[in-house]
Amino acid sequence: MSETVTHESPDRVTQPPGDVIDLGKLEKSLRRPRTAFNFVMSGLTSLMTIMALVPLFSVVLMLLVRGGKRLSLSVFSELPPTAFEQGGGFGNAVVGTLVMVGLAALISVPFGVLGAVFLAEVGPKTRLAKVVRMCAKVLSGFPSILAGVFAYGAVVLITGGFSAVAGGIALSILMLPTIMLTAEEAISMVPSKMREAAVGMGATQAQTVWMVLLPTAFPGLLTGVMLAVARAAGETAPLLFTALFSNYWLTSGGRIDFMQPMASLAVLIYNFSAMPFDNQVELAWAAALVLVLLVLMVNLIGQSLSRKTME
Amino acid sequence: MSAVSESNVGTAASIARAPTFIEKYGNIVFRWATYLFAWLTVFLVLYIVYTITKQALPAISKHGWGFITGTTWDPNTRVYGVLPEIWGTMYSSLLALFIGSLFGLAVAIFLSEHYLAAFVFSLLKAVGLQFHPVWGKLPDQLERLFKNLIELLAAIPSVVYGLWGIFFIIPLIRPFCLAWHAKLGWIPIFGTTLSGPGMLPAAIVLSIMIMPTISAISLNALLAVPPKLREAAYGLGATRWESILAILLPTASKGIFGAIILAFGRALGETMALAMLVGNSNVISWSLFSPANTLAALLANNFAEAGPREIGVLMFAALILLGITVLVNMAGAFVLHRASVGQEGVR
Repeated sequence: MSETVTHESPDRVTQPPGDVIDLGKLEKSLRRPRTAFNFVMSGLTSLMTIMALVPLFSVVLMLLVRGGKRLSLSVFSELPPTAFEQGGGFGNAVVGTLVMVGLAALISVPFGVLGAVFLAEVGPKTRLAKVVRMCAKVLSGFPSILAGVFAYGAVVLITGGFSAVAGGIALSILMLPTIMLTAEEAISMVPSKMREAAVGMGATQAQTVWMVLLPTAFPGLLTGVMLAVARAAGETAPLLFTALFSNYWLTSGGRIDFMQPMASLAVLIYNFSAMPFDNQVELAWAAALVLVLLVLMVNLIGQSLSRKTME
Repeated sequence: MSAVSESNVGTAASIARAPTFIEKYGNIVFRWATYLFAWLTVFLVLYIVYTITKQALPAISKHGWGFITGTTWDPNTRVYGVLPEIWGTMYSSLLALFIGSLFGLAVAIFLSEHYLAAFVFSLLKAVGLQFHPVWGKLPDQLERLFKNLIELLAAIPSVVYGLWGIFFIIPLIRPFCLAWHAKLGWIPIFGTTLSGPGMLPAAIVLSIMIMPTISAISLNALLAVPPKLREAAYGLGATRWESILAILLPTASKGIFGAIILAFGRALGETMALAMLVGNSNVISWSLFSPANTLAALLANNFAEAGPREIGVLMFAALILLGITVLVNMAGAFVLHRASVGQEGVR
């Protein structure tokens, strides 16, 4: 009897029945639970990733369809319409967004870059640098509405009214950490040979920074500024109760006045989206399209710059 | 420097010279300026906390703990309580975190496993173009494009997401929500009807906004796992997903956890999308379809029209929001810091 078994499969005799290697088990087959699980999970991951991109395309499509319908040159030159009025535009809001982001950049760029020079060059390993880095990180996780609350308490209450300056200050608080942390990284990535060569030539620290480090780190600096500008241009919450909104151009008595309430694209979208009038809702979509184009353009410039520095 | 100039005496004037007055003192002024701005950053953070606290103090002494446990907000009778707002902030953030983490992790795994590149490569291989000088680069290029598209999701302003939510998400999910309420209304989370703005649309939009944060940081954590761990798992015969679940995710877990906490901080402080979608009514409800309110939305809606007395109360609410978000963010930064220290140890 044992002879016939040996004849059929010689393994069976030498090995106890429990340890039989079934080659079929090693085969990659979807009938095996392990492989099937792997296949299902891979499919699920791919499906979820594609679903994650659906909102982006949906937002862009809706902006193009609903916003593009209303977009024309006249919306850039006209003032927002009142309740039952037809037509109109958001020229003052475009100007307002640019002015306030410009004001914010004027405050936060020198502040951020000089702070970054301290972090990367003057005292990178001091205790102060550690504290400053922590503060910058706290600021970067700061809810944007609290920047508005702060600017309200520190500027609006003191100057006695809503103003473009208060809006600019609120935005600058949100831009500061991005600019400072990216600038620090860009400056510390400059090869130390260049720094040493400058010092060896007898340059003072200020000359090294101005003539060697900042020009070399310039693309990186600009990336940080661009990302910060893109973020600030889209922010609504800090402007709601600092710059408020205005239906008029930024002039009083023929002169430009920054101490007045000022319109911005983001606040216009927020205000008009809640209105029951079709004209205003259409304008909100057109304004959203302009805002997204502005933000994406600045973002893409920043991204292409950062790619250049990496190469 | 003096030795050089002495040896050149008589031949030609040396270009070496001591720094001029302006250079010398300019340098000192410059150094002081950088110190000044470094200190100013610290001062700014303290000044923000001081400003909000100072404005909130009268309200704190007047309302005290009752402010946090109260459930009504009525400027006319001057009864203020933010429990519904705290509840709404936490509930919406946790819901968004749940959805956002699932999708964010899926994206991070999809990109770190190079599914897309492998798929495009196999397509090219089928046509025989996989090593073509132009087409051969396609897998990597597509993957980079994909990563940038995910990052673009974070670049869209929150007010635009709010607008999109009002005119796209709410009409889209409303029929489903009404059907679920009709059939499963006895379950608390489907307890009310969706009459327009509500918790679910707000949480969906919020999850889209925090998803890029989770996927970007988790992707870095997954890519930082040493390749030998994965190779060892494959060598033992593990399938791709067995190695992901047993090796990759546990190894990268600290980084992923940090990403989720940071995203939680972002969700807590997010304002506009919620102010536009959550419904702004002081309700504490388990229902996904009920309107609610959040701390940030409360501030956004009431601040501009608030009288001097209400400002103090709103500043108190802002202080609570500040406390919660700073705590959560510092916890996230701490976890991420620990994760990066741990990974250096592995290498």
